Amino acid sequence: MADATANSPRRHGSLTTTDPRTKRRNAAEARFRAYGIAAIGLGLFFLVVLATSIIRSGVPAFTTTVVSLEMNVSQAEYDEAESGMLKTAAYTKLFITKLGAQLREAGIGDDVQDDAIERIMGKVGSDMRSFYQENPDSIGETVTFTLNASSRVDGYFKGRVNRETLVDSRFLVATDLDVVDALTEAGIITRQFDWGFLTGKDAGVDNPGGAGIGASVIGSFFMMLVVLVLSLPIGVAASIYLEEFAPKNRWTDIIEVNISNLAAVPSIVFGILGLAVFIQFAGLPQSAPLVGGLVLTLMTLPTIIISTRASLKAVPPSIRDAALGVGASKMQAVFHHVLPLAAPGILTGTIIGLAQALGETAPLLLIGMVGFVAREYPGGFIEGFVEPNSAMPAQIYTWAARSDVAFYEKAWGGIIVLLVFLLIMNAIAIVLRRRFERRW
Amino acid sequence: MPVLWIILIVIAIGAVGYVATRARAMASAGNDARHLHSLPSYYGYMAFLFAAAPAFLLLIVWLIAAPLVIEKRVAATLPADVVEQAASQNLLMAEVRRVAVGLDNAVAAGVMDEDLASNARADFTDMTARLKEAGQVITQNVTTPVLRAAQMMREANASSRLWMTIAVIAVAIAGAALAMMRAQRDYRARNVVERGVRWMLVGAASIAILTTVGIVLSLLFNTIEFFRIYPASEFFGSLTWSPSFGGGSELGIWPLLWGTLYISVIALAVAVPIGLFAAIYLSEYASNRVRSVAKPLLEILAGIPTIVYGLFALLTVGPLLLAAFGDGGLGWMQSGTAVMTAGLVMGIMLIPFVSSLSDDIINAVPQAMRDGSYGLGATQSETIRQVVLPAALPGIVGAVLLAASRAIGETMIVVLGAGAAARLSLNPFEAMTTVTAKIVSQLTGDADFASPEALVAFALGMTLFVITLGLNVFALYIVRKYREQYD
Repeated sequence: MADATANSPRRHGSLTTTDPRTKRRNAAEARFRAYGIAAIGLGLFFLVVLATSIIRSGVPAFTTTVVSLEMNVSQAEYDEAESGMLKTAAYTKLFITKLGAQLREAGIGDDVQDDAIERIMGKVGSDMRSFYQENPDSIGETVTFTLNASSRVDGYFKGRVNRETLVDSRFLVATDLDVVDALTEAGIITRQFDWGFLTGKDAGVDNPGGAGIGASVIGSFFMMLVVLVLSLPIGVAASIYLEEFAPKNRWTDIIEVNISNLAAVPSIVFGILGLAVFIQFAGLPQSAPLVGGLVLTLMTLPTIIISTRASLKAVPPSIRDAALGVGASKMQAVFHHVLPLAAPGILTGTIIGLAQALGETAPLLLIGMVGFVAREYPGGFIEGFVEPNSAMPAQIYTWAARSDVAFYEKAWGGIIVLLVFLLIMNAIAIVLRRRFERRW
Repeated sequence: MPVLWIILIVIAIGAVGYVATRARAMASAGNDARHLHSLPSYYGYMAFLFAAAPAFLLLIVWLIAAPLVIEKRVAATLPADVVEQAASQNLLMAEVRRVAVGLDNAVAAGVMDEDLASNARADFTDMTARLKEAGQVITQNVTTPVLRAAQMMREANASSRLWMTIAVIAVAIAGAALAMMRAQRDYRARNVVERGVRWMLVGAASIAILTTVGIVLSLLFNTIEFFRIYPASEFFGSLTWSPSFGGGSELGIWPLLWGTLYISVIALAVAVPIGLFAAIYLSEYASNRVRSVAKPLLEILAGIPTIVYGLFALLTVGPLLLAAFGDGGLGWMQSGTAVMTAGLVMGIMLIPFVSSLSDDIINAVPQAMRDGSYGLGATQSETIRQVVLPAALPGIVGAVLLAASRAIGETMIVVLGAGAAARLSLNPFEAMTTVTAKIVSQLTGDADFASPEALVAFALGMTLFVITLGLNVFALYIVRKYREQYD
């Protein structure tokens, strides 16, 4: 600090009292420190906000509002419903009359209108019809039905819809909420865990209650299978070559620069590659998890190569020297000794690469794996790779892009499912690292 | 025969070759492995390699080449007047392919037997009726020549399949036989196998190059195609972006580039100060305990998928900002999706990116420089500001550039958080759109793939690729240059 001494006048101070300049410097020091703490605090604050908003908005997606009712449909009623033109409507009507009768019997809401029940119930007809078609024996017997309430009623329980903001429409009017409250007290309307969300398929834009993430989880699974089967051997082989065998020449240099550049190419560009090469040029089926897997493989390869090379590098040269010393060839030294020792590190890197690929959305949208494709479970193992399907993040995107607010809740719920998968994968990677990592 | 079966058969031939060749080599050495040049299993591996490697290579080449050749041959048979009637040859060939698949389905469904499906003199109306029965949609483009072409394509496909099966299996058997013949006690099987494995390793390493070539070619060809039907001068010169799928769209890149840059600048304005101060605190001040907790926690932010951030922007940050700056508050903001929303959330995403890169760089500054500064009486913060940061500056600039390239290439946050309107405006509370968001919307729409509205996505992708690649190369150059100074 040569200029500091040159510029400041000579001061006569005591060591026990701090002069103003020292005070200023100390204050600057404290401020600087505070900036650092504030920065970390801000970062952690964002993390907490993100986590709470995910949990707060996502957890309701796992419960659903159901109406349970004991019902007895006679053969005559069944025949009559089946003979009509609008069969599901006939069932809906049947249900509503029965429910209305039961309500009046039980003394709740004598004045309940049939159309109010219709609004509360949403679409029960098709559920009932398919039940009776599958179980014709149940006709004439008392059966307990547990059916989803309409998505607005569901929203009433989850705070999406309330009396103040409700605008009367043909879907729900304010007085219906009184009926809902009465039904809840009577134990007819309850909330329960929504297995349909975890096992279901995507539903149409008008049916947020029926949408589930199951089919796209399967799509993601098949994609990850492709990524694992392709990127692990190719990545390991490439890293072994680059780390152990490659001579220092121009070709190797080009490969190295290429890999580090590929790691930074935006994911959407890989989507364009997939669209142009795999779908347009090679004619592979659109929206297929196979194509998605191929694109994600190309995307994950640099990550896997970089981490594999790091773990190969971590194996001390003495291991190779010892193997070569007792007469192993270079290839034998690498495959018999170095590779097994580097395996835990390679596996950890691969799992982290897979976790990255699992959360990737943009390239999937370009190759047609959008959410609304996930309407069916694949027919079998082979079909799982080639039949159109979606993946978890793409499904979440599709829900988020829909206008119905009820789908937002599904999107948050989907995010919880996705994050649980990521958490499990990362936890496995950490355990592997802790358990098998060797320090030399 | 399905490809899967061919693969399994080749593997089986390889396995048989393994056993037989190994046994033969052992026999040639009088069943004493010590007299062999290589370990016995190497003779077996050699057989497997000889059988499987050329066969699989042939299989892959055939699978890629055969459809191209067949299509070319079938396209040549279509009469010129039919091609003229249909809008383009590609469209017609797509129809031919569909009908060919439809014929397969019809045979599978049982409404048509194999003879009829391949009968070149079969009655047209009867055939289409049967096709309809099998669920095939018959458009007016399906005419007699198209049907004949489809039949020819089916036949060519079937015979190509048959020949492929024969050729691949023959190659596999020949390879195994060759290996078996060579399996003598003095034959250097290990060297052969190792050379083969080495070539496979080289091949795997070259996939990175192939990927880059694939990216560049697919972008380049389609970009050239785009500029053939849409003038480049307008793409780079026009200030409006208004695609209309009926034609007559204006596709100027500037509004998109502006949106991209604006959002990236806001993201960096959030991420760089927070990330940099966090890195400084963690590397210079924090105790080991704090460091071991705070660092992984911050890095969680980097591991969260971008779709989560996108949803966070759309449903949490957007409404929050709208409450503060919208009509209820300051009245600057019309809707939750805006440059500010996307920029803020992207900034949060980039915090760990900036902080861990800067952390590494600050740690790489030699301790001796700090000690020298302390020895002169500087406080810790003075040392950091006047010694450590200047020394680390090139590396930090590199980190910021890498973060910038991340921000420019980020897709999901802007697709969900920034809105869809392309406009040139200075107000950060207005909705704007970016290059990446438009790539998604142009390629996921219903646009015909040959139209400029769809092809423009490739030109946008090319722009994006060039910008991010340039930034990366520049950043790595700076980081490398810096490292040389202190190592």
